[in-house]
Amino acid sequence: MELVLTPDEQAFRDEVRGFLEDAVTDDIRRKTMTGYRLSREEHVAWQKQLYERGWIAPGWPVEHGGTGWTPMQKHIFEEECALAGAPPVIAFGVVMVAPVLMAFGSRWQKEYYLPRILRSDDWWCQGYSEPGSGSDLASLQTRAELKGDHYVVNGQKTWTSLAQHANRMFCLVRTSSEGKRQEGISFLLIDMDQPGVTVYPIRTIDGSTEINDVFLEDVRVPVHDRVGEENRGWTYAKYLLGHERTGIAAVGRSKAQLRRLRQVSSVEMSDGRPLLEDERFREKIAGLEIDLLALEALVLRVLSDETAGKGPGPEASFLKIRGTRLQQGITELLFEAVGNYAHPYIPEAMQTGWNEDPVGPEHAAAIAPHYFNWRKASIYGGSNEIQKNIIAKAVLGL
Amino acid sequence: MSFTFTEDQRLLAESADRFVENEYDFSARREAMARDGGFSRETWNTFAELGWLALPFPEDCDGLGGSTVDVAVLLESLGRGLVVEPYQSSIVLGAGCVTTAGSTEQRHRILPAVAAGEHLLALAHVEPRSRYALSHVETTATRDGSGWRLEGAKAVVHNAETADTLVVSARSAGATTDREGISLFLVARNAEGVSLRSYPTVDGMRASEVTLDGVTVGDEAVLGEAEDALSAIEAVVDRACVLLCAEAAGAMDAAVRLTTAYLKERRQFGVPIGSFQSLQHRAVDMLGAQQFARALMYRAAGVVDGADPHERARAASAAKVEAGRAGRMVGQEAVQLHGGMGMTDEMAIGHYFKRLSTIDAQFGNTDHHVRRFAALA
Repeated sequence: MELVLTPDEQAFRDEVRGFLEDAVTDDIRRKTMTGYRLSREEHVAWQKQLYERGWIAPGWPVEHGGTGWTPMQKHIFEEECALAGAPPVIAFGVVMVAPVLMAFGSRWQKEYYLPRILRSDDWWCQGYSEPGSGSDLASLQTRAELKGDHYVVNGQKTWTSLAQHANRMFCLVRTSSEGKRQEGISFLLIDMDQPGVTVYPIRTIDGSTEINDVFLEDVRVPVHDRVGEENRGWTYAKYLLGHERTGIAAVGRSKAQLRRLRQVSSVEMSDGRPLLEDERFREKIAGLEIDLLALEALVLRVLSDETAGKGPGPEASFLKIRGTRLQQGITELLFEAVGNYAHPYIPEAMQTGWNEDPVGPEHAAAIAPHYFNWRKASIYGGSNEIQKNIIAKAVLGL
Repeated sequence: MSFTFTEDQRLLAESADRFVENEYDFSARREAMARDGGFSRETWNTFAELGWLALPFPEDCDGLGGSTVDVAVLLESLGRGLVVEPYQSSIVLGAGCVTTAGSTEQRHRILPAVAAGEHLLALAHVEPRSRYALSHVETTATRDGSGWRLEGAKAVVHNAETADTLVVSARSAGATTDREGISLFLVARNAEGVSLRSYPTVDGMRASEVTLDGVTVGDEAVLGEAEDALSAIEAVVDRACVLLCAEAAGAMDAAVRLTTAYLKERRQFGVPIGSFQSLQHRAVDMLGAQQFARALMYRAAGVVDGADPHERARAASAAKVEAGRAGRMVGQEAVQLHGGMGMTDEMAIGHYFKRLSTIDAQFGNTDHHVRRFAALA
């Protein structure tokens, strides 16, 4: 066991830091750290900057445009990006659909889509959940019928994050009703820019519209946009879930947000002194900091296993559970920290282009919406209860 | 950075696991507890032969020069068997003080005999009113000719009655909780003026209330420098905290396994109770708590040998908090999921619960260490 960074790892960290210092503008850093929403253009601009540096896809093999970094280097990179206030890379393309294409896609799909993903030419979204198919995803009803060299797709997807920005959707559809439910599902790549695709925003409890209903009416998908074999889509979707499990812990992000919590509570006053000096509040922060240390320790162990060639097992579900609980815990304490100024709701203040005086301290504007919004973390990506089902079955054999 | 065991650590874990599995089942533990002094001398000699007692000692004192991570590997495995032999008392605490505070001459005189299993130590530091404050020492040391005269009382001194030498803290200067003025003394357990009231502990071990009534010792009994022992005590206790967490990690692992096995075997309503989701999720929560506490414990073990006392204290406190929270949950849930059987003395599971509970109550419980961690930010 060697629990400090090696000189090579330190040098790598310094290189990443140097790049981020120049690349992340003050405006972007401020927005990311305070939880303001970035526009599509701001996201894409940042991703193109990473692409030009060759760092957009650390998880990819080198031959497809990856970095060849060790798991530890990837971890350092993610953490440094979060601490520097860099926008998160939108996962649907680089992190989610790309590994599936590399593993199961046709030669044409790889050659066409992978470079476009690297360059952020396409914005992908994920068409999995349906109104009647949440945790029980295999019950999905959206149908695809093969007519000549095209599938014709009809149905409804929901909770589709950032579909309003997307021009491509990777989508699970039913191509057979025979046999086991899981064995009648196919994995299609859908062009969203066509008649029959309608995106309706869903307003969430924080007042934002980052998720959508997506209606598919006689949507045409060429057969060459089916990934792998017909009726094998469930296997590909499960492969995707097994990928990049340590990132879901969001250690770097939580570290950055804990710093912010300390900063906010050092300027918020309570009984004539900074809230940070209130013993009870300080101990709540300490509790979360210890949670983070434990989370990071387990992430590092999983990364070491990965380096030693042992892929992340189902234990990685613990990282999702603990990581999301921690993220939620931080948003909760931030909510507590701003006291009365948790109340004002001025959504425009969180948008690019707003230049009026803030109501109350500037740091307070996004905190309550953020707290409400972040309840999603323990629901998406396989709810934390589903994660526990997975561990109970796969690890404990129950 | 690497979280993977070295080859030596892997072999150590294997041999300790094998020992627990083959030679330390629950009836063997009961027999050991029933012996005079509450543990088996034969087992202690086996530990000496396997080199486990010498593991953390410096190489020039017949030791193996092992790190706290190495000792954690051993104690995690011994924790799975709830081993009652006095490893924490004699090796981690007693010998830890000799290594950290003692002079070269004292280390060379004492450690080889301890490593050989021939000499046992115990640390008499905690007092009836000190609770978890390490600087709280009411026991006094007063100059007496060329030596010292010790007066006071020490509380819950584990394995005092079987120790050949007690490492006793006493104050010769300053107020009751001052950092300065504390010394450590080597005191023969059978010295005149030392009296013990010995008793079993709730987790199956032995401890004593120690009274020091005009005990006289010479200058050579002072471990290292007089009136400057607190930093050494803190370093030893921080390492001991992490090693208690190592034991807890092993005990939690065993508790999760036993509970999972019980869920599969126990049938109600015509099915194994492990088929009920509410019980599955609770077993999963137990496993998760164990995994995080274990990972943080190893991380802390890697930090506490470092030179920075601030980092050391934070790491030890964080690990102790995590193990405390996890241990309480795992222990209580393990009993609950065993139903009525979990309440019986006959089943092992209740004994894991009890040990996990006492680990939290030693050298600062969860609340104490959250406060300490917060104050060290």
